[in-house]
Order: sequence, then structure tokens, then C-alpha cells
Amino acid sequence: MVSSASIDFFSLVMGDQKTGGSMMFAKFGLLAVTAALAVGSAAAVAQDKTKRGGSLVIISSQVPRHFNPAVQSGIATMAPGAQIFVTLTRADANWKIHPYLATSWKTSGDGKTVTFKLHADAKFHDGKPVTSADVKFSIETQKKFHPFKTSLAPVTAVETPDALTAVVRLSHPHPALTLAMSTSILPIIPKHIYGDGKDPKTHPRNIKDVVGSGAYMLKEYKRGQYILLVRNPNYFIKGRPYLDQIIYKIIRDSSSRVIAMERGEGQLYPFMSEIAAIARLKKNENQIVTDKGYAGIGPNTWLAFNTKQGPTADVRVRQAIAYAIDRKFITQDMHQGVSTASTGPIVPGSPFYTDDVRQYGVDLKKAEALLEEAGYKKKADGTRLELTIDYLPAVPDVQQRIAEYARAQLKKIGIKITVRNSPDFPTWARRIASWNFQMTMDLPFNWGDPVIGVHRTYLCSNVRKVIWSNTQQYCNPRVDEILNAAGKELDTAKRRALYVKFQKIVAEDLPVYWISVLPYHTAYSKKLGGAPLGIWGIVSPMDDVYFK
Amino acid sequence: MNLPIAIARRVGYALILLLAVLVLNFTLLHLAPGDIAETIVGESGGASKEMLAKIRKDYGLDLPFHEQLLNYLDRVAQGDFGHSLFFDQPVTELIFEKLVPTLLLVISSLFIAIVFGTFLGVFAARRPSGLLSQLITVLALLGYALPVFWTGIMLVILFASLIPIFPTSGMDSGPLGASGVGYIWEVLHHMTLPVVTLSTIYLAFYSRLSRASMMDVLGADYIRTARAKGLSEQIVIFKHALRNAVLPVVTFAGLQFGALFSGAVLVENVFSWPGLGTLAFESILRRDTPTLLGILFFSALVVIIANLLTDLAYRLIDPRIKTGAKA
Repeated sequence: MVSSASIDFFSLVMGDQKTGGSMMFAKFGLLAVTAALAVGSAAAVAQDKTKRGGSLVIISSQVPRHFNPAVQSGIATMAPGAQIFVTLTRADANWKIHPYLATSWKTSGDGKTVTFKLHADAKFHDGKPVTSADVKFSIETQKKFHPFKTSLAPVTAVETPDALTAVVRLSHPHPALTLAMSTSILPIIPKHIYGDGKDPKTHPRNIKDVVGSGAYMLKEYKRGQYILLVRNPNYFIKGRPYLDQIIYKIIRDSSSRVIAMERGEGQLYPFMSEIAAIARLKKNENQIVTDKGYAGIGPNTWLAFNTKQGPTADVRVRQAIAYAIDRKFITQDMHQGVSTASTGPIVPGSPFYTDDVRQYGVDLKKAEALLEEAGYKKKADGTRLELTIDYLPAVPDVQQRIAEYARAQLKKIGIKITVRNSPDFPTWARRIASWNFQMTMDLPFNWGDPVIGVHRTYLCSNVRKVIWSNTQQYCNPRVDEILNAAGKELDTAKRRALYVKFQKIVAEDLPVYWISVLPYHTAYSKKLGGAPLGIWGIVSPMDDVYFK
Repeated sequence: MNLPIAIARRVGYALILLLAVLVLNFTLLHLAPGDIAETIVGESGGASKEMLAKIRKDYGLDLPFHEQLLNYLDRVAQGDFGHSLFFDQPVTELIFEKLVPTLLLVISSLFIAIVFGTFLGVFAARRPSGLLSQLITVLALLGYALPVFWTGIMLVILFASLIPIFPTSGMDSGPLGASGVGYIWEVLHHMTLPVVTLSTIYLAFYSRLSRASMMDVLGADYIRTARAKGLSEQIVIFKHALRNAVLPVVTFAGLQFGALFSGAVLVENVFSWPGLGTLAFESILRRDTPTLLGILFFSALVVIIANLLTDLAYRLIDPRIKTGAKA
């Protein structure tokens, strides 16, 4: 996005009064640090450049219910959860999986057994050691209570031959196992606390005296105001974390969040999605604004069709609509170039992505021909048919505004659109989950691996009356076959080939028309080193973040 | 009728009103599409049908409506407002945590609006066609016409961004803040913009009201008498005229307390003020019915208490008003 090297140079020369360290640092290693940052990733920053201490204030709009990501998904819980609880593995910016609590792991020849060796020094915040029993307990709890059923679905049993060895048995090979384990989708939670028989979903320790083994400990949560995390002095990775504190400051109003960043009240503002806010902070010389850090989450925006009822049950109508909606206009003009076009079910940041699918450039003639073919003749008033569009009442730039753009655009091919507003999330969710819609804007996430976040939208077996399942009711047995095979294939190349095939088919069938990747951006202070820009962004351990 | 009976009657009405508030709100909220189960599933990024059914069962949402209502009323009668479905915490605990910041905000705004509004009105009334009076009228109109959230955002941009002298949001600086006397200063610093925002509308309102009523009073015979006695202008205005002129202001202050509460919802959201308004907003968006019902109940209670106090204040200011015995 922006050349970080040149901007860093600027910031260090300019300095900033707030942290005394930055000027001092400028004297020592200006060139070294600009060079290191130019490489970009947190891992690339050498140890000796880091500095201990400081409080990182993260500006957030997210209000968590509690802090136990084993039973609760969503960024609000997962982001602080990734600091409080460790995971077995961790991922870098290039989808490479690294050891974390697991120092090593080995997959058996048939791919159905994975043996993890655990770090011997890992201790929970209350001093008790982290053992394989906790790993077993965590996997079992997650399987039972976590909404992402597919992430650990093939796991049949966990054996614990000794305190530092956990053997995971699988019903079939699971290509995304270590990836699913690299973020708060599988946190290691203490058995001695959550194993007391109380319901883990409403366990009192999910919010008070939360005990994990991560780099930071939860000190205070003022509901809806801030979350205070403090350094864990007994963290098993020696010398880390560098920061003394992490504070998530919750601000509801989006312009106030931007101002808080401009004023230096916060040093990190993730999940910015407002085009105006991104543009404004990009102008600020003390900030770096980047779209890195969201490859794993993979936020896709699309127009979903009801493929069973109404005119959109006809694939020609769906394709006609696709030919009328201009992705380039949306990403380049409406979003001023800060979002990228999405061409299929898998987001461009994923290793399984291909753009070699039917692309549907704007072609109004073709669109009208398709409608004609489907039997929708032009009436006297110029309309051919009427449809409704719903939209998720959040992130207006990628929901409501696109719906309104579609209304204007589809009018050109004779489709009269009514945009149905939902005042709030439950209203919208109820409509979509009960299949009471013709078209809707939506923004589901990929969640790292297609098995976790992509399959759910396209499998016949997942046609359910639950939000973010296959509410389009799309069913193509060939797609089910390919996805089920891809979900068991350990060979990355073969797996990719299957997903390429899948992407080509759904781009023809068009149960949804993919529009753009959400313009999520992170703004962070130039004083911050090792900003979390890996595939999981802020939903990864920030033990290597520091103030320059 | 004497005072205790009047008060007892008031309390009786209040109880009926509160029951109506509960039943009506419960019914209305029930009519809204969607429920907490869908929100929880939504914030989790999806879930299975079984999980959805389980959440509904856990929260008693699978029961018929009248059973849910009776269960709820029964629990409220025992002083139990239930558990927040979203925060999984007793509703009363949540509300008391947030009630103080809201009262701080609302009462300070009301105080500022009344005091400044009345004085502006008094000054304007003394020379109704003077420049100052015209200026006050224009400002009042502007303050009354501007949407409160817009005023709030503009003040943030002006005094927190362009001239950064006030913080953008919150009630204190959180874990990085001060303690003791420093904390009081910090809260005052944080509350300036929200209080100014919330008081603008009412400031406008009270200045107009007291101007009109003051002009009325200034034309009265006893003012002429007072002036004829040779009393100083200050004594005439503040002792003789104001005391009478301020009555409508007090009436409205009581009546407007409820409106002020609803204004607080918007202001709190703009400034992330940790009060009932933000809690109400979050509860609506998430269909956290017990929390929302609790907030509405306590808001109604506060408004009723405020109205009772207004009544008492009335009696203090104007001894002519007896205890509601007049036909």
C-alpha cells in the first residue's frame, strides 16, 4: 500500500513527543530500523531492535461478551483471547505455521494421527503447568461448544501418553488442522478451571479471573469502556512480551475513533472499514495505514441470491444481474481504491485463490439478452421484473451503498429493485435465516481455510435456517463431492486443484455474486514496532509488539 | 387534602404506571423481529440449528408469549430483573453500574440549562427588542433546532480534533488515568463536551421560556409597586420578579426530565459515555430484552421521582400552591 520505509524515515526524523524513546532511538538506529521495517513482517524485526515497556492502546468498536474464545467466536472475544490464551501453533504473514505451545508435531503416514509435543515451561497465570490434559480438554470443549463445527470436525479422540504429548486422532486427514490451531479458534484453556462441570458457555470465569497461559493477563474489564491486559511475568517465551500493558479502548462513534488515533490516544486501530476514515488517517503523517493483517479472516462481500424461490432461482437471472453490477466501479470509485474486487468464494489473499473463473465484466446487452431468454419480456414501462435487496445493517460502505448502487444499475436492464432496510442485525438475520429474501448483501469471512469458512456457504448438506449457513439453498452434488474431497486432501497442490475446480463451477452457478473484499485496514502509530500484520492480524499473540 | 395523602396517591399512580411500562414494553419488544439467540449466533459467525434451539431454550424464549410475560412479572415483583442475555450478568448490577454516569450527565446538563437559560432569559426580557435579546433568541432557536448528535459530533471535531483541548470520548482516561483529586478533574474534563451538548437544546428552551414569563411578570402591578417603593433594580428583578417568573421553568424542568433522558441516549453514544443510554442502545441492537426492560423500568422510575420532586420544589418556591386540593 504505502512504502513503509520512506514514511518511517519521516516519522523518526519528525519524532513525536509522546514517547520519549522515539527520539533517542532515532539517534541510534535510524537506518537499521527503516531497513528492518521495509521488510515488513513482524518476524523480520531482529530481537536487538526491540525495547521493553510501554502501554499499547488499541482503539476498538467491539464489545466482548466474555473472553473465552473456546466457546465464543467473533473478533471482540478472539482478539483479547489470543493474548490471554496460547494456541498450539501460530502463523506468520505468509501462511507458514510455526511452533507455539506445541514445540513440534508429526503427522502419521495415513494422515490420521497427529502427535504434538508441548513446551515444558508453559504455565497458566495461576502457576499451574499447561499439560496435554489441558490440550485434550480444550479440543473437546471447542468441539462441543464452538460455532465453527468444521474446524475440528474430523478429530475423534485426543490421547495423552504423557504430560507433554498430545496425540490427536482423526477420522480422515485434516489439511487445515494446524491452521485452525494457529488462532483463537482453538485456545488452550485450563482444565482445572473450566472442567468443574459448569456450562462452559456461561462459566463465571469466562469474564472474571480469566486464567490462560498467554503473554498477557486480563486485569480489568470495564464493560463497554476498556479492557486492560498486563504482562505475564512467567510467560514461557523468555524475554517476551515487550509491552507492559495492552488496553483496548472501546469507542462507539467512528469519527471519534479516528480523532482518537489522530490525537495519539491510541496507537493501533484495526478493522477500519469506513472509506472516509481510511482516507483521513492515510493523510496523517504519524500513522501507517495498511490493509495487511486480514488475509486469514478473509472478509468477502457478496450479493446472495435465493436460488430456490422467485426469479433468482433461474441461473440466467443471476448471471444477468452479475453482468450489470460493476465491481470495478465499486472498488475503484465508490471505495476510492481501498478495497479489492472479489471474484469468487475464496478471497484473493488465500493460497487456494484463483482468478481463472468467469468474471462477468459489465455487459448490459448480454444481461438483457439473458433476461429475455429467461422469459422476462420488457413491459411498457421498461421493467422486466421486480426484486428486493436486503443488506446487513453494518459497514454501510460495503452493504447499504452497494445495495443502492445495484438498484440504480439494475434499473438499466429492466429490473426494478426495492431495497429492504433492516433496523438492526436481528431483524436482518431473521429474514435471511428464514429464507424470506430474494437477494441480500452479506459479508461472511473465510476464516483462514476454506474448510472453516467457505464450505458452509455452498454445501447441500448445510442448507439450514441458520444465519451464515447455506441460506441461498444452493445445491450442486458435484460441488459437495469436490469440497468433501478437498477437505481431506493433505497434498497442497492436489487440494488447490480441487478448489480451483470448485471456484470455476460456483462462478458459473452463481449462488452468490462476489463483489469485493472488505476494505478492512489497520492504522498504527509509527512508534509501534512489530505491528500485528500476519494472516490473523490482531487475532494473534502480540508478544512481539514493542514501542520504538 | 394533606401532604402524606397526596404523596400516597402519587405513589399509587406511579406503581400502576410502572406496571403498564413493564407490560407494554415487554409486548412491544416481543413484537420486534429477531431475538438474542440470533445475535449470539451472529456474533459467533454462525452456528448450527441445534445450538440456536439450545440458546432459545436456555433463555426461555421457546415458551408461549403469555408465559414469558407472567414469568417476567413474577420475577420483577420479587425484585429480580433477570440476567442480561448478552452480558450474562444480573441486570440490576449492570444498571446500577451505568445509572450514576447517566445521572451525572443528565443532572449537570439540566442544572446548567436551567441556571444559564433562566439568566439569559431574564437579561433578554429586560430589553425585549435589544441586541442581546435578539442574539439570545437566535442562539436559542439554533440550539433547539440542531439535532443533538450533530451538535455533539461538531463539538468533538472542533474541541477535540481541531483545537484538541477536550478528550473525544469516555468518562475518564481508563487505566492510564489519575486517581483521587486528579480523577475528579479528569471526569470534569471528560464530561464538559457531553454536558454542553446535552444542555444546548434545553438551554435554548429555558431561555425562551423564562424570557416570556419574565416579560409577563415585569408588566405586573406589584413590580411597578416595588419600583415605586424605590427598590433597586436588582432586588426587583431577582427577588420579586424572578421568583414568580421561574415557576414555569421549574414545571418544565420536571416534565422535561424524561426528554432529557432520551437525549442522553444519543449524547452518550456520540461520546461513548458509559451510561444507561449506551447500554440501552447495545441492548436494543442485540435484543437483550431483560436489560432493556430493566433500563426502561429504571428510567421510568427516575422520571417519576423527578416529577414528585418537582411537585415538592413547586411548593417551596410558591407557598400559594397547596397540596393539590384545588378543584
